[in-house]
Amino acid sequence: MIDRPVTGQGNKALLEISGITKSFDHTRVVDNISFDIRPGEIFGLIGPNGAGKTTTIRMVMDIIKPDTGQVKVLGEILSEATKDNIGYLPEERGLYKKLTVMQSLLYIASLKGVEEGRARQRAGELLEHVGMAAHRNKKVEELSRGMSQLIQFLTTIIHEPRLMIMDEPFANLDPVNTELLKEMLFELRGQGRSVILSTHRMNEVEELCDRIFMINKGRGVLYGELKEIKSRYRRNSVFLDYQGELGELKGVATRREQPGAAELILEDGTTPGQILEQLVRRGVTINRYEVSTPPLHDIFLQVVGESHE
Amino acid sequence: MNKTYLIFRHEFVNTVKRTGFIIMTLVVPLVALLGIGIYHTVSGISKPVAEAEKVGYVDKAGGFDQFTSQGKITLVLFNNPDDANQALVRKEIKEYFVIPPDYISSGVVSRYTMQKELYPPPAVMNAINTFLLKNLLAGEVPAATAARIEAPLNLVTVTLTASGEVAPEQGGFGSFVFPGIFSLLLVLAIIFSSTYLLQGLGEEKENRLIEILLSSVSTGQLLTGKVLGIGTAGLVQVVVWVGSAPLLLNLASSSIGGFLSTVQLPAGFLILAIIYFILGYLLFAVISASIGAVSSSSREGQQLITIFTLPAVSPLWFISLLMMFPNNPVWIGLTIFPLTAPVAVMIRLGVTDVPAWQLAASIATLVVSIIAVLMITVRVFRIYLLMYGKRPGLGKVLVMAFKG
Repeated sequence: MIDRPVTGQGNKALLEISGITKSFDHTRVVDNISFDIRPGEIFGLIGPNGAGKTTTIRMVMDIIKPDTGQVKVLGEILSEATKDNIGYLPEERGLYKKLTVMQSLLYIASLKGVEEGRARQRAGELLEHVGMAAHRNKKVEELSRGMSQLIQFLTTIIHEPRLMIMDEPFANLDPVNTELLKEMLFELRGQGRSVILSTHRMNEVEELCDRIFMINKGRGVLYGELKEIKSRYRRNSVFLDYQGELGELKGVATRREQPGAAELILEDGTTPGQILEQLVRRGVTINRYEVSTPPLHDIFLQVVGESHE
Repeated sequence: MNKTYLIFRHEFVNTVKRTGFIIMTLVVPLVALLGIGIYHTVSGISKPVAEAEKVGYVDKAGGFDQFTSQGKITLVLFNNPDDANQALVRKEIKEYFVIPPDYISSGVVSRYTMQKELYPPPAVMNAINTFLLKNLLAGEVPAATAARIEAPLNLVTVTLTASGEVAPEQGGFGSFVFPGIFSLLLVLAIIFSSTYLLQGLGEEKENRLIEILLSSVSTGQLLTGKVLGIGTAGLVQVVVWVGSAPLLLNLASSSIGGFLSTVQLPAGFLILAIIYFILGYLLFAVISASIGAVSSSSREGQQLITIFTLPAVSPLWFISLLMMFPNNPVWIGLTIFPLTAPVAVMIRLGVTDVPAWQLAASIATLVVSIIAVLMITVRVFRIYLLMYGKRPGLGKVLVMAFKG
């Protein structure tokens, strides 16, 4: 157990962002963005470079103030006290090089209001959990890049925050540590904590996120359940693994076939269910029947492309 | 626990543990020790004749035969220059001089020595001078008058207060020692502390730690903790330096002891020294913080801060002018100008009485400047700390500061 479960928060939004806007030098970097984060979810904040993700995160973290709009954490306007409920892993990692692993963890924990005895105990448990207990007295400058990133991750969760904001948390990690981190994120979600994941890696978003918010040129362009968004952008086609003869199918515009497999592109107005019905009637043995949804990567490119037009 | 205190503790502990800090703290007393050592050695080498020395002379003018013992120098009469020259070659005498027949009218005396030197040793000069003077006056004036002619002035200056009483503090070089040393230490402490502050901010900015810090504490807490933490470390450094002073003065007193007995602390100096140390440090700390915020790297920050530290040191460059004309309007200006005030006031306190209105004006401008720079810093800090790789112009910073 890397954290204690969160209790007594119901389904109230952990974070509410309402109409925040930020301009630098007369350029609107974030333009009227609103979304909320619910307890126990991994939320993807995605968008191309320069879209306004980092500025949004900095406003959530109270590092910079929005020009208009507001940010509420646990129902309260963001203040010094509410900051202790948030953990932040910036994209570019930074720790004091001359401090030891333990000193780094304790200093950040103390700034987040954790009492020293508890911080020491938590730090010990977390180091044990990620297999770095032996390195507790090493200076940060002696660690490998991946190791110091793990430590940075631990500084983000040492104070048991309800909300964590992680900017590209898997960059520089080897596959073993990537899996370890993913497991920890799921564990945190299971305890009712929430994670905002800002990343360019769409496969990670698909694997981890429950809901997403996509930002492009400072504006929100996609927001909602990942499944719902994918279904909204699905192509009207099905994938099929089968045995037997397909024959002519009503409502299929084109088909791409390989021995024992096919992708059927449906005509407008034809549903996957109607095709399945025809196949069953013909006695075709179906090993796989899957409504095709485009990978998030394609949706991302499509949405960014549309907003460029 | 209070977050400002946590940052204060972190900055203080990490500053005093820095190798550079430890070296600087020890180097100042060690350099002073070395200085005293060199002084001892040099003064030992050129000491005015440790053993009795013989200096020959040839008297062609006549009448120079008394007072041949001048302190540790004994003057030995030779009948002619050849004899004196041979005695010099045999090293029986160290040198000799010839008083020519027309000495009374010309005053010329020729001196012969085997030493290569820029200037005759003062001890020998004095001995010859006194020997000639006393012989010239012998029989002409009473002995007491002769002694007075030899040293006609023994000036004793008494400084009076406004009411005509003898002032408790009599000025002079003795009362300049502490302010002089303190102003130097103040400059060192200001430069080192602002360097540490800049380096720290630069490092945090370069490795993006600043984002984690600002997501945990407010700008005010971060700045206050940093400024006070590093300032306290600077104070510890000064305390070590000042604490080592009695030991150093004790060592030094064997060679410059006579002078040290005149050392005195100008009235009210300690209180003013503490006030100016704190205000001076705070001003340069907030300036360093704002420079740390707007500069793209700690190296660029170091270059920019020099623009501000140079004025702080500048009163020390003109210290001799200050000693001669302590109440010149230029010095009054430097006393009131916030960047030069701390050092200018320290030095002037050692040289003259600084009028209360000037001290009040100088403290007031320092306090106002600290508050003004602090307000600008807090406003621009967040914005520019997060702008990596580009430094805004002064105009932009000021616009930001007023816009908020």
